[in-house]
Amino acid sequence: METMTMIRTTLREVAPEADLDHLEPGADLREALELDSLDFLRFVELLSERSGRRIDEDDYPRLATMSGAAMFLDAAAHGTS
Amino acid sequence: MAEFRMPSLGADMTEGTLLEWLVQPGATVHKGDVVAVVDTSKAAIEVECFTSGTVRRLLVEPGTQVPVGTPLALIGEEEPVAPIAPPPLTGHPAAPVLSPLVRRDASARHVDLGTVHGTGPGGRVTRLDVEHAVEAPAPPPAGPARRRVSPRARRLARETGIDLSAISGKGPAGIIRAADVEGAEPAVARPAPPAAEPAVPTTAEQAARRAAAMRATIAALMARSKREIPHYYLTETIDLTDALAWLHDRNQDLPVPRRVVPAALLLKAAARAAREVPELNGFWIDEAFLPAPTVNLGVAISLRGGGLVAPAMAEADTLNLDELMDRLKDLVSRTRAGRLRASELSSPTITVSNLGEQGVESIIGVIYPPQVALVGYGTVTERPWAVRGLLGIRRTVTVSLAADHRATDGATGARYLRTLARLLERPEEL
Repeated sequence: METMTMIRTTLREVAPEADLDHLEPGADLREALELDSLDFLRFVELLSERSGRRIDEDDYPRLATMSGAAMFLDAAAHGTS
Repeated sequence: MAEFRMPSLGADMTEGTLLEWLVQPGATVHKGDVVAVVDTSKAAIEVECFTSGTVRRLLVEPGTQVPVGTPLALIGEEEPVAPIAPPPLTGHPAAPVLSPLVRRDASARHVDLGTVHGTGPGGRVTRLDVEHAVEAPAPPPAGPARRRVSPRARRLARETGIDLSAISGKGPAGIIRAADVEGAEPAVARPAPPAAEPAVPTTAEQAARRAAAMRATIAALMARSKREIPHYYLTETIDLTDALAWLHDRNQDLPVPRRVVPAALLLKAAARAAREVPELNGFWIDEAFLPAPTVNLGVAISLRGGGLVAPAMAEADTLNLDELMDRLKDLVSRTRAGRLRASELSSPTITVSNLGEQGVESIIGVIYPPQVALVGYGTVTERPWAVRGLLGIRRTVTVSLAADHRATDGATGARYLRTLARLLERPEEL
């Protein structure tokens, strides 16, 4: 799935040392990858850039997990956010 | 003739290894220029020189470990009539090497120096490179970023002994991919060009050694702190609801790279409060408190491989929020990339630990000697909270102060925390 690939690629850039292979789609990213607020901001920034989708602070909770982020971005792509 | 000596990069350092010279005899240097890279137990640190003049002689070879205070180079204080510049190693004109100017430039243009390909002598990054990096659409992403390496590339580099810092990534957004590593030659197999390639172990060995050394350094320093410093501790829970709402409003209209995280607001408040309560901003040296003239806010930054470094954000109390946010991003990315400068390691006057981001309610810290105070922020949490006789749900943070009882008493510490709370009530003035 293309969105998921984008999310994984982005996470790999934000946290190069992280082991994404064993990351559950529903796991809390900040906790599992020990992202601080700057890392998370960078994650949001890159996702926004790549998906062409504006991401507001209010949307952050929906990006807490990989599956949540995928749903959010796909919904945005279909104009049903 | 002035001696450039092995600096002390913190109370815990007794010796250091000269990794690399960034200048050659005959080079003109100015106060504040980065002239050498020194390896401490914590990281490779870029060291600035403290005089202006001409480099006469280099006294220590790269790869040599010497005690703090050992002369490393001789610098003639007068400018030569005709500067004898060393022949450039490439066809490009000699350029100031990683000078503060280049860094300022890079920082202002959001260029990550780690991703810029240097064309100066010995592959140094010049201002021109920074300009090109801005113009080039490909590798450097907007905003400071840490060096990105794919796990496979990292593994490959480790196995083959390739220095990742010498590779420019050709993957998306400048990420280093396995293919980039495969295309690179192992540093050991290459004859070392003069002075540019220090004779040091490979990155992997270095990393393992450094991890152990860092543990030992933290152990020694923290044990000394607990042995020598009679700590007293105060905590205060602050209602952040209004401050966070203000920040949220402010971020609402901004593109992601311009948004300010709450941590920046908390750091700013800690720095301003230190200015207003100067008794906590400085050092305990020779049985007396030495107040510091500026607030250089130490920011405890955890490293991904484990360990902790607390470099200083110089004069943090004078920065506006946007500036502070930029400096924070830059500091964190450079700390994790091992690109700190000597002045940043040796100059904190008070330190803040923001472990709250790891989800704990509060942190009661250990002071970094010879500083006399450490501020700790816990996680911002929603709590039932009484406001003007009514019970509501508010977002709060527990802030703690660990302070040196030799330098101050609890009343001073209390004044600090009260000041901090008051400042956070008016975030727009921060």
